[in-house]
Amino acid sequence: MELSELWFMLVAVLFIGFFFLEGFDFGVGMATRFLGRNDFERRILVNTIGPFWDANEVWLLTGGGAIFAAFPHWYATMFSGYYVPFVFVLLALIGRGVAFEFRGKVKTRAWTKAWDWVVFIGSLLPPFLFGVLFTSLLRGMPIDGSMTMRAGFSDFVNLYTVTGGVTVTLLCFLHGLVFLTLRTVGDLQMRARELAHTMVYVVLAALVALVSLSILETDLFTYHGEITIVMAAFIVISYGVSAAMLGKKRDGLAFFFSGLGIMTTVATIFTGLFPRVMVSSLNSTYNLTVYNAASGPYSLKVMTIVALTLLPFVLGYQIWSYYVFRKRVDGKDMVY
Amino acid sequence: MNELMLARLQFGATTIFHFLFVPLSIGLVFMVALMETFYVVKGQEIYKKMAKFWGHLFLINFAVGVVTGIIQEFQFGMNWSEYSRFVGDVFGAPLAIEALLAFFMESTFIGLWIFGWDRLSKKVHLACIWLVSLGTVLSAMWILAANSFMQEPVGFAMNNGRAEMNDFFALLTNPQFLVEFPHVIFGALATGAFFIGGVSAVKLLKKQEVQFFKKSFSMAMVIALIAGMGVAFSGHSQAKHLMESQPMKMAASEALWEDSGDPASWTIFAGINTEEEKNDFQIAVPFALSYLAYEKFSGEVPGIHTLQKQYEQKYGEGNYIPPVKTTFWSFRIMAGAGLLMILMSMMALWYNFKERLMEKKGFLRVMVAMISFPFLANTAGWVMTEIGRQPWTVFGLMTTSASVSPNVSVESLLFSLITFTLIYLVLAIVLVYLFVREIKKGTEHEEQAKDPRRSIDPFEKEVMQ
Repeated sequence: MELSELWFMLVAVLFIGFFFLEGFDFGVGMATRFLGRNDFERRILVNTIGPFWDANEVWLLTGGGAIFAAFPHWYATMFSGYYVPFVFVLLALIGRGVAFEFRGKVKTRAWTKAWDWVVFIGSLLPPFLFGVLFTSLLRGMPIDGSMTMRAGFSDFVNLYTVTGGVTVTLLCFLHGLVFLTLRTVGDLQMRARELAHTMVYVVLAALVALVSLSILETDLFTYHGEITIVMAAFIVISYGVSAAMLGKKRDGLAFFFSGLGIMTTVATIFTGLFPRVMVSSLNSTYNLTVYNAASGPYSLKVMTIVALTLLPFVLGYQIWSYYVFRKRVDGKDMVY
Repeated sequence: MNELMLARLQFGATTIFHFLFVPLSIGLVFMVALMETFYVVKGQEIYKKMAKFWGHLFLINFAVGVVTGIIQEFQFGMNWSEYSRFVGDVFGAPLAIEALLAFFMESTFIGLWIFGWDRLSKKVHLACIWLVSLGTVLSAMWILAANSFMQEPVGFAMNNGRAEMNDFFALLTNPQFLVEFPHVIFGALATGAFFIGGVSAVKLLKKQEVQFFKKSFSMAMVIALIAGMGVAFSGHSQAKHLMESQPMKMAASEALWEDSGDPASWTIFAGINTEEEKNDFQIAVPFALSYLAYEKFSGEVPGIHTLQKQYEQKYGEGNYIPPVKTTFWSFRIMAGAGLLMILMSMMALWYNFKERLMEKKGFLRVMVAMISFPFLANTAGWVMTEIGRQPWTVFGLMTTSASVSPNVSVESLLFSLITFTLIYLVLAIVLVYLFVREIKKGTEHEEQAKDPRRSIDPFEKEVMQ
């Protein structure tokens, strides 16, 4: 295996990790609107992800950094090409990040209400925009021979990409609800479980729609047809099992399977792309691939050594932090 | 306004704004870690109270620093895609390592620190804040390694029209990096120290919680003096190195149009005339520039015109003169603010030692105003470094005008510039409001927050409504 291929896998792993981890905290952010009935409940919801969300977001930053270092052309083409969507992602992440910190600092209704809206929109927009981004990547964007992407509105926004955006948002929402069944108690936990149970069916419907449109709009099911079909089936089964586990109140297993579903979904997107990183809708010779978009071999080698040395530590202390805060949030000692 | 101008404006605005918070975070978290260490070692509650109170202010600031940093990572690709293509190989690596090594550390251990007061042992909790502190320093380190490459490209070879890394170790031993890193870190420590000093002065003037804020004040001033000296010495070594690496920046920061003659005198003030490329008047100290440049009282410093000719021979036709007025004045603001900071920290320690701090109301008021000086110095320092490097993004290799994204329209740039500016404005207002609130509340609210451990069932009642 070439190092550039390994780095494609590492980038994929970072995004899979990002959606698995930040996926649930985006979902919890969305749930503040649907599940939290008063300020106290919303505080509990926010506190369930309090110690984690910041580190979860770093998975995205590291993913972005890894693309920059390992695939400078991919980084340059994608971020300049998707300029306006990324402005919205950034605005959402900025607002959301400070909202967690600020919302509890002043105890007036108007203040908390305002920041609660920021938490909600800031948690809703990024998964939607990432969904749009990844599905449009699969569909192909107008990239010319100089690796420059000049896309118009309908390249970004069309039935397929909007379906992609909605689906990813729903996946995160469900994932957050299932996470809440593990982190809350009593009535709130019960409501989270019930809503999650309903949401599984909505998610399954959205996934079916996305798969059907993918067959029409992309080469996802022909390019690596067999493995993609297997993975798609695996996703559907995961969510089915998750629903069953929710019904049996086996929340841990339900979370495991909803996590497996979201991770496999991201993995399917990356598998479907490989070895391309960006598909050109103008001409397939203009595709960016892991080979023509990559850094030099020396750079990749250095980065590989650094990444493989550091990753075990990073994973170690992150897992430890989840262990430290394994206790459910019951409203007795809250920070935010 | 064209794309290049807007992209530069946006980069300047977002970077300067971001860098108001970064040094304060680095400085504050170091002080908080120090306070908690005293608490763990000496066991006195007042140090815990200090760590918590200043920790609160740190967290508010840290939040803004983190979120404004996200833009920094992505706008290289968004606005400077040609630059990213050209140097991603070298420049992307430190950025990725920063995320992997520093961001994860900061974000995980800050979560453990905030939420872990009752869940971790004292020592483990203390270790968490030190790891956050280390994280902020490592973060600065990798960013400065990347920035140093732009000032002084090393460890690369040109390949397929791109700069490809061929010596990672050279990036980390870049002479520019070795002088820039300590300068920035000492500057950050001074920022945190003067912030704590100034806020303490506010409370001392009002005679509120005198013991607490006197202790904070004296601790801060010790750090301020050490950091101030560090800034000065490392700044000097940076200036000396500038003579070898970027003589044009040196000449511009001195508004030295013609060669200085030997020995070179240092200009304090000058009426710079950029149209005619000369100074209408100037006040200068003899020998001082020679010392600044070579650490001896002789030696000629080349002027802008001489260097322009040299650069034209080396890089081809073009204008290699950076904005002279900006470079000149930002250097003086930085150095002036730095010297004042050293002086004030010395006076503060003297009054403190003589037990006369509380009577010196005027001095305490000045210390409140001094909060702004490190920010002024930090900003001016970066303006000098980055504007003084123009027209290059990567010195000698790539110009700023060649770095900009070719596919981002004026409309998109206007949209992002306006929305980012608006959100930054809101952030700044909210931040100042929260700072003032927390400072007014003083340390008491810590106890209050702990007090009402409501034992009522949260799901039965609308508790917070």
